Amino acid sequence: MDIVVDQVAWMRGLAGGLLIGLSSLLLLLFNGRIAGVSGVLGGVLTGARSGDRLWRLLFIAGLIGGGLLFMAVAGRPVISGVPTSLGLTVLAGLLVGVGTRMGSGCTSGHGVCGLARFSGRSLVGTASFMAFGFLTVFVTRHLLGLS
Amino acid sequence: MKNGIALLVGLVFGLGLSLSGMTEPLRVLGFLDLAGAWDPTLAFVMGGALMVTVPGFWLARRRGRPILEEVFSWPTRKDIDPKLVTGTALFGIGWGIAGFCPGPAIASLSSALPMVLVFVAAMAVGMLAHDRLLSR
Repeated sequence: MDIVVDQVAWMRGLAGGLLIGLSSLLLLLFNGRIAGVSGVLGGVLTGARSGDRLWRLLFIAGLIGGGLLFMAVAGRPVISGVPTSLGLTVLAGLLVGVGTRMGSGCTSGHGVCGLARFSGRSLVGTASFMAFGFLTVFVTRHLLGLS
Repeated sequence: MKNGIALLVGLVFGLGLSLSGMTEPLRVLGFLDLAGAWDPTLAFVMGGALMVTVPGFWLARRRGRPILEEVFSWPTRKDIDPKLVTGTALFGIGWGIAGFCPGPAIASLSSALPMVLVFVAAMAVGMLAHDRLLSR
C-alpha cells in the first residue's frame, strides 16, 4: 500500500476534527442534542414539529456560515471541484439521502457522536458505511476506471 | 439561547469541516481508496473529533442533564436491525461514489458550485423519498 505523506494536511485534519468534536460536545452539553447532520437535516425536511425546527435550520445555516468564514479567512472556497459526472452526483446524493435516513445516521451521528457514547448500533453502522465506501471506491476506480 | 447555541455549533462544525479538508471530495475518496495512493487524513479528522467527544460525552452524561434542557435526547434504540445495516451500506456506496457525506456537502454550499447544489438537492429528495414512501 502507498501512503500519501502530507503532514500539513494531517495536522489541519486533526485541528478540524477537534473543532468538529468541540461543536458536537457543545450541542450535547447545552441543548442535550446529538450533532448528527443527516438527522438534523432530515428533521427539517420530514416532519419535525414546528417548535423543533428553528434550531435545526440555524444549525444548517451555521454549517454554511462556517464554510463562508473559512473562505473569508483562507481566500479560497472550501471545495475546488466535484470530481463526479452529473448523473453519478445525482445517484450518490439519492443514495446518501435514502441511506442516512434508513440507517439512522451518517459520519457525524454514527461516527463522531455514536462511537463516543459506545453505541453498538453506531459501531455496526460506522463499520458498514466505511466498508461499503472502501468497496465502492475499489469498484469505481480500479475495476471501472472512473475518477 | 438554545437557538443561538445551535447556530454557533453549526458555525464551529462547518469551520472544522472546512479546515479539516473533508469538504474536498477527492481527499475523502483518497481515504477510501485503499488500493491506490492512500490518504489517511480522514482518520486524523475522526481521531481529533473523538478525542473531544469520548471524554466530553462521558462527562456530560455524569452531569445528569444538559445546561439548557431538562433531559438529554439520547438515541434510545439498541437493536441491530436490517434497516441499520442496509441503510448505512447504501450511504457508504453513495459516499464512495461522490466523496460527499451530509455535513461537508452542506458546508460546501458556501462555494455556490452548481454540482454541490445538485448533490444536496438529490440528498434532500432521497431523505424525503425514504420518509414519505419507504417507511410507512
